[in-house]
Amino acid sequence: MQQQRFFALRLSRCVLALADQSARPAAADPGGGTFPLFHRASPPSSVLRNEDLKEMLESNKESLKLEAMKRVVGLIAKGKNASELFPAVVKNVASKNIELKKLVYVYLVRYAEEQQDLALLSISTFQRALKEPNQFIRASALRVLSSIRVPIIVPIMMLAIKEAAADMSPYVRKTSAHAIQKLYSLDPDQKEQLIEVIEKLLKDKSTLVAGSVVVAFEEVCPDRIDLIHKNYRKLCNLLVDVEEWGQVVIISMLTRYARTQFTSPWKEGASFEENNEKAFYASDSEEKSERTEAEAYVMDPDHRLLLRNTKPLLQSRNTAVVMSVAQLYWHLAPRHEVNLVTKSLVRLLRSHREVQYIVLQNIATMSIQRKGMFEPYMKSFYVRSTDATHIKTLKLEILTNLANEANISTILREFQTYVKSQDKAFAAATIQAIGRCATNISEVTDTCLNGLVLLLSNRDETVVAESVVVIKKLLQTQPTQHSEIIKHMAKLFDNITVSMARASILWLMGEYCDRVPKIAPDVLRKMAKSFTAEEDIVKLQTVNLAAKLYLTNSKQTKLLTQYILNLGKYDQSYDIRDRTRFIRQLIVPNEKSGALNKYARRILLAPKPAPVLESAFKDRDRYQLGTLSHSLNSKASGYQELSDWPAVAPDQSVRNVEVVEPVRARSSQRFSLSGPASSSESEEQSSEESDKTSSDSGKSSSGSEETSSGSDSQQKKKKKTKKAPQKKSKTAAASRCYLFLRGKMVADVYSRASFQVTAPSFGPVKTYELLHHMTGKGLSAKYHFPRQPCLHQPGMVAVQVTLSNGSDRSLEEIHVGDRSPASLNIHCFNTIGEYEASSWCERLYLNKLLPLPEQAPPLPDKPLSLNNIDQAKKTCTISISLPLVHDCCTLYNTRPLNPRAHAQTHTHTHTQTQTQTHTDRDTDRRGSTLKLSIAGD
Amino acid sequence: MIHSLFLINHSGDIFLEKHWKSVISRSVCDYFFEAKEKAAEPENVAPVLQTPHHYLITIYRGKLFFLSVVQTEAPPLFVIEFLHRVADIFQDYFGECSESVIKDNVVTVYELLEEMLDNGFPLATESNVLKEMIRPPTILRSVVNTLTGTWSNVGDTLPTGQLSNIPWRRAGVKYTNNEAYFDVIEEIDAIVDKSGTTVCAEIQGVIEACVRLTGMPDLTLSFMNPRLLDDVSFHPCVRFKRWESERALSFIPPDGNFTLMNYHVSSQNLVALPVYVKQSISFFDSGPCGRLDITVGPKQTMGKTVEALMVTIHMPKAVLSANLTATQGSYTYDLATKVLVWDIGKLNPQKLPNLKGSLSLQAGAPKPEDNPSLNIDLKIQQMAISGLKVSRLEMFGEKYKPFKGVKYLTKAGKFQVRT
Repeated sequence: MQQQRFFALRLSRCVLALADQSARPAAADPGGGTFPLFHRASPPSSVLRNEDLKEMLESNKESLKLEAMKRVVGLIAKGKNASELFPAVVKNVASKNIELKKLVYVYLVRYAEEQQDLALLSISTFQRALKEPNQFIRASALRVLSSIRVPIIVPIMMLAIKEAAADMSPYVRKTSAHAIQKLYSLDPDQKEQLIEVIEKLLKDKSTLVAGSVVVAFEEVCPDRIDLIHKNYRKLCNLLVDVEEWGQVVIISMLTRYARTQFTSPWKEGASFEENNEKAFYASDSEEKSERTEAEAYVMDPDHRLLLRNTKPLLQSRNTAVVMSVAQLYWHLAPRHEVNLVTKSLVRLLRSHREVQYIVLQNIATMSIQRKGMFEPYMKSFYVRSTDATHIKTLKLEILTNLANEANISTILREFQTYVKSQDKAFAAATIQAIGRCATNISEVTDTCLNGLVLLLSNRDETVVAESVVVIKKLLQTQPTQHSEIIKHMAKLFDNITVSMARASILWLMGEYCDRVPKIAPDVLRKMAKSFTAEEDIVKLQTVNLAAKLYLTNSKQTKLLTQYILNLGKYDQSYDIRDRTRFIRQLIVPNEKSGALNKYARRILLAPKPAPVLESAFKDRDRYQLGTLSHSLNSKASGYQELSDWPAVAPDQSVRNVEVVEPVRARSSQRFSLSGPASSSESEEQSSEESDKTSSDSGKSSSGSEETSSGSDSQQKKKKKTKKAPQKKSKTAAASRCYLFLRGKMVADVYSRASFQVTAPSFGPVKTYELLHHMTGKGLSAKYHFPRQPCLHQPGMVAVQVTLSNGSDRSLEEIHVGDRSPASLNIHCFNTIGEYEASSWCERLYLNKLLPLPEQAPPLPDKPLSLNNIDQAKKTCTISISLPLVHDCCTLYNTRPLNPRAHAQTHTHTHTQTQTQTHTDRDTDRRGSTLKLSIAGD
Repeated sequence: MIHSLFLINHSGDIFLEKHWKSVISRSVCDYFFEAKEKAAEPENVAPVLQTPHHYLITIYRGKLFFLSVVQTEAPPLFVIEFLHRVADIFQDYFGECSESVIKDNVVTVYELLEEMLDNGFPLATESNVLKEMIRPPTILRSVVNTLTGTWSNVGDTLPTGQLSNIPWRRAGVKYTNNEAYFDVIEEIDAIVDKSGTTVCAEIQGVIEACVRLTGMPDLTLSFMNPRLLDDVSFHPCVRFKRWESERALSFIPPDGNFTLMNYHVSSQNLVALPVYVKQSISFFDSGPCGRLDITVGPKQTMGKTVEALMVTIHMPKAVLSANLTATQGSYTYDLATKVLVWDIGKLNPQKLPNLKGSLSLQAGAPKPEDNPSLNIDLKIQQMAISGLKVSRLEMFGEKYKPFKGVKYLTKAGKFQVRT
């Protein structure tokens, strides 16, 4: 027994060694490789191999652990079960090695659901990591925490999400937006709270967050359109700068939004619609007059804004973005503007095969309604022999849709080549396409019919069969002159084996039996012979043919009919038995059949309407273009219907007020805050520039924009104030002159590039020196910002000051000095009586939001002072000036200041503030600086 | 949006799976295998499939299927584009995107996939950003790793690109040799019919750039004849408004290789095809044989030589073998795939290359209904067939003088001759 175990252990080692080898150079072995082979051969070995991995994971060596984790991830990737290693793996969650940690995260996310109790062990690690100063670590902790699908931790997740949504780092906020969806799918009961977070994040002005929060919105509360109002304009304006994936979701959400908020731009020019309206309103004269007044359609400036801001995205390299803009134009733009998207869509046809497939589907739907859009690009849809079959059929579909009197000859010539294709499925589709062209364009019906008849002598059966089916349909539309073709087809009947084609011919015989009185009974005779061997559909048509002939030519066919009906009576198929019974009652008079019998002729030989050959994409436009539902032609789960245009536009001001306010208010606030000091000037100026460009282009594109709302005068005022700084910027740097190009983005780029202040310095808690021990004669002071929340008030920031007394004297009465000005709210520590030489630390809490009065000096001199009294009565004052502190986060950016160079640092800090606000302008990490300086003596 | 990803090889084995939400059993792929069975060629499998509870969106690239599972409504192009981006990133990291390479680097692949999506929504897809987070495997590191096993290939700080509005460029780029090279590559898509007349022809171009410049350079690339460009799409770095107003490309480039723009040359300009093909392929009813005679000659090459000329023919199934003689180059006929490839090489205008001989057909099989079409491949160096010319490249924002260079190349895209 023991020996056996020993052997098994050896075996497992051996497996490991093998796996090791295969992992490196020769993993090329197809399919399974060494692992699964052994796995299958000896089930216990997998268990033992896991034992080995466990051992490695529990060892002290980092490298062994890492190696083990790599193998575990390899197992997960292959879909093997590695859940039993959970206890061993989860221990490493707090590892210092970042790669090991990440691999553990991968493992946790995969198996936490299965091992809920053990997974809880790791939670505290994440909670701790959520407080890390490194934003990357905070973000990934939140990512993993929210990916652990354990219902018990829902409250913890909720708390973490709420906290992260207010984080200083947009990256963390973005992660929190993703976490919202995860929590929602784990526990839909949290919806209300999550909506609050979404509402908050929607207000975020960072381009990084915008896309993710809209995804969360779409997932959690797509019906809460009211949340969008206030952010509509912001989203439109940010759109160009949002990352490409975010653009796609924002655009499709805005499409939906716009359909509920704006009136239809499609009325103008469409005369028949106008007539409809008049007819509709004819009864009500009052409304009619109102209607005629409102007849001149004026596009809502916000509607225009959306169209204008999405247009440049047609040039995106991301095909999904281009498609989403195209569908936006299709669903929202005035008819004459939709053509803008044609070129870009055609361009996408150069892309990968799968992209082509989706784009062609959408073009097919579009081309049914609007031939003109794609007609100039007809040649782009010509089929190449190397195209995949589904691409070919779609191209064919589009070509057929585009066919009209002018280009039909070209298209038919093209079709002739396709019919000869080696790809028979495609050839068959071409024949159907020809049939459709023939019915749609009456000029070419005869030509097409002749061509199709020629195809009847084709050697390929599918081609012939398809031709028969199509000819049948064509003949139905104008049967009078075509008895020749019917005769020809009757001759072919013996050679055709495809059931659909046989059934079609039989139907034709029956329907037009009066034109081929001699042939039809003969065909029936042949069918009677082979009836039992036929397919169901052929049998049904045989029964039909028999019935029709019985009614018209009962002399010749009575016996044949009865014979066939008898065969049908005992057929295996229900359908055929049913049909036989029905036909028999209908045509053969007996006492039971009653009155219906008299009408048999009229029932069976009624003139039948010709079938309408139409596109398979005919009704696809009920789905929003570019969606999965459209592609599948069936409603996908979670599909959001596009609503119809409202007859009367809802209140426009819902967007107006809210959006205008924060922008203005914020900027004015900044003005007042910065006051004479130019701290936020450059920021202001660039935002204005972008504003200006947008309003400028607005003017050029639509005159209606001008008169938009009450904000007009304000806008003008704004422009006036802006001109000066704008000029300055132009002269300042040559490169600046490109600022107008992409508005905000470029400005942003510049500042970021040159100063790199956005990414805060990482690493462990950064401590800044407040007072050097040389200057302080033995006393030194350091401060840092712990990330713990404040105990006293949620809106406060904690500043931890560490004082160390290096001198031999003891210090007394350490306390915070006079608390001025009033706007600064400080919660300070208690006075410390006496202190021996050593070090200690205390915390101060400052309120985060400091609305300074407008006339206040830009930098309050000594809002806070920490008096530390030593024997020599030397007073050391710590003054903290906070010009723009809005948010604790930016405190990280503070640089330690040299206490002696007070005057210089003063200005220095200012420049920094300036650059920073500049950088953070549209991402709204409000610029702020905390300056700690020592006014000695 | 994207729920799970399965990587499936040519023969239908799932060799990697990754789930971004809860785990979906791999049996969901059975629906895909079913569809794959039905389709004759892997290319013919429909990219979007519906199953009772999921939607499968697949791309086929490099003999691999990237199958993603989607549970709710999501734009299919979004998913497809993302999957291609994943394949691009693999290509970028490992030099190729094949099963063996992915299996070799399964940990890196997993780490990449983990970073690229969060909860099924793309997080980081810029290769610059990813490379800062997960370093691509290099020979040096693999050596060090085998010796010490400690060199982490994961970064622990957030890449600067992730936060800025220029995610494509990382901060602090430094080079001793500053250089910027642009390749203008144009492809001719054409269909020529039996008689030699052009059914349709258009030119698609792309500008590939390789920029290695220190700092944050701001480049402006202008053309002599920008009017030629009818429709364009840009890398996100290009400022669109500047293009609209001045028809010049102004951008802060990504670091390294990237595609700057794609363009389409307006269809008003008639495309002058560089070569003509005289062909006759015929099959006879009497006796199982056929005859083939192809000559290729230069048409309008503007004094440049046509290189790497190649003719590919997908023969009908009935063709058993080919017995041909080529006056230049060599030909191969693959019996399994029925593809005849004639590799000509350089086109000599004095002595036109010709391929002639007989084809033998399967005995008893009916003669093929139609003739196969020829696909032409060619290259012309130092010429953009549309005549597009770069006039100059300027750099702002940095002080040094970079090396600059522009190269032109014309290729055949989907150049097909019907017979």
